[in-house]
Amino acid sequence: MSYLLDLFSIAAIVAGAVFYLAGTVGLLRFPDAYNRLHALTKADNLGLVLVVIGLLPQVDGVLTGLKLLLVWLLVMLSSAAVAQLIARSVRRREKRP
Amino acid sequence: MITTIAVGVLVLLLLWLALWTVLARDAFLAVAGFVIYGLLLALVWVRLAGIDVALTEAAIGGGLTGALLLGAVGRLRRTEAETAAEDVGTATRALAAVLALGVTAALVLAVLMLPEPVPTLAPLVVPNMPATGVGNPITGVLLAFRALDTLLEAIVLVIALIGVWSFAGDRAWGGRPGPRYQAEPDGILAYLARVLPPLGIVIGIYLFWAGADHPGGKFQAATILAAMWMLVQMAGLDDAPRTDHRGLRAGIVVGPLAFIAVGALGLWKAGSFLGYPEGWAKPLILVIEIALLPTLVLVLALLMNGPPSRGGAR
Repeated sequence: MSYLLDLFSIAAIVAGAVFYLAGTVGLLRFPDAYNRLHALTKADNLGLVLVVIGLLPQVDGVLTGLKLLLVWLLVMLSSAAVAQLIARSVRRREKRP
Repeated sequence: MITTIAVGVLVLLLLWLALWTVLARDAFLAVAGFVIYGLLLALVWVRLAGIDVALTEAAIGGGLTGALLLGAVGRLRRTEAETAAEDVGTATRALAAVLALGVTAALVLAVLMLPEPVPTLAPLVVPNMPATGVGNPITGVLLAFRALDTLLEAIVLVIALIGVWSFAGDRAWGGRPGPRYQAEPDGILAYLARVLPPLGIVIGIYLFWAGADHPGGKFQAATILAAMWMLVQMAGLDDAPRTDHRGLRAGIVVGPLAFIAVGALGLWKAGSFLGYPEGWAKPLILVIEIALLPTLVLVLALLMNGPPSRGGAR
């Protein structure tokens, strides 16, 4: 059982790392700010949730697991909000030629 | 093996980033590099099992200092091109290079000349920890064995704030610092400033309370609480406080005053300044910690706010 759980953890964390990699490549390669934001936030959110799901079977208590979930929710909230703010400031700068 | 490679990559990245930050021509880019440098440095502290230091580095080194530096960049924007165009003579450049290299060489020599094994007081601290009543050795050192350093640190912060305030013009003295931030009342920033602070306050108090037995403590907690307050201000939900408000000023000095009072109590009851009477260490440490929290939150946030700039002298 623990063997299966370990396997599940490895698979989920590797999948998360792949999303992080994709997000970083997007950040470096995409042509403009909106596309870069899109690549960064989408891939990071998915990457983080996969890493958190992968870590959940490995924690030694419900409380630690809840803390991990809280970290995920907080990062989601802040990255979504910050992406909106950056996009808005980029658009404002475009309007002002 | 994999860990070694990961640490090697991390160290190389840190060195490269440090060099990049120093060489960056644009102040904003340099600050961005500095913030990332602070976050990576926090990872190094995690690797060295210094979780307390890692938390402080991420919160204060990367976060707060980064925000302060960004504020400075904003103020310097207007004069940046002018300064960059200014020609500093070859002699000045050479002098600066010699000074920088000299300091680096002195640091390298000092580190290389450290005796083996490195002198440490850890073996003295460990058997005496139970006397302090706290479980986290960092908190024990900061508030029992080296309490004087922490007291001076708190006083330095208050003096730094007085230094910032002294930049206020005569008309603004006692008024509110910084601009009155405006944001869309239904915008995402206002939303974040409504949703995040309740959570942030709980997390800050948790970090503060956990500091007795686990990594955490008043500094990390104060940074989070100050950040929540700044968020509320920047979203335009609340204005910065008047700097001549009596309650505000009392909150700023309560930490050092309580600390000094406990120190004087030690002089009377335990025979030395900042000494704790037998069995009273834990409650007295708690009193100091609780008194220092408002001081740190207010000073950190007001340092971010900057000097008073409007509506002085009622």
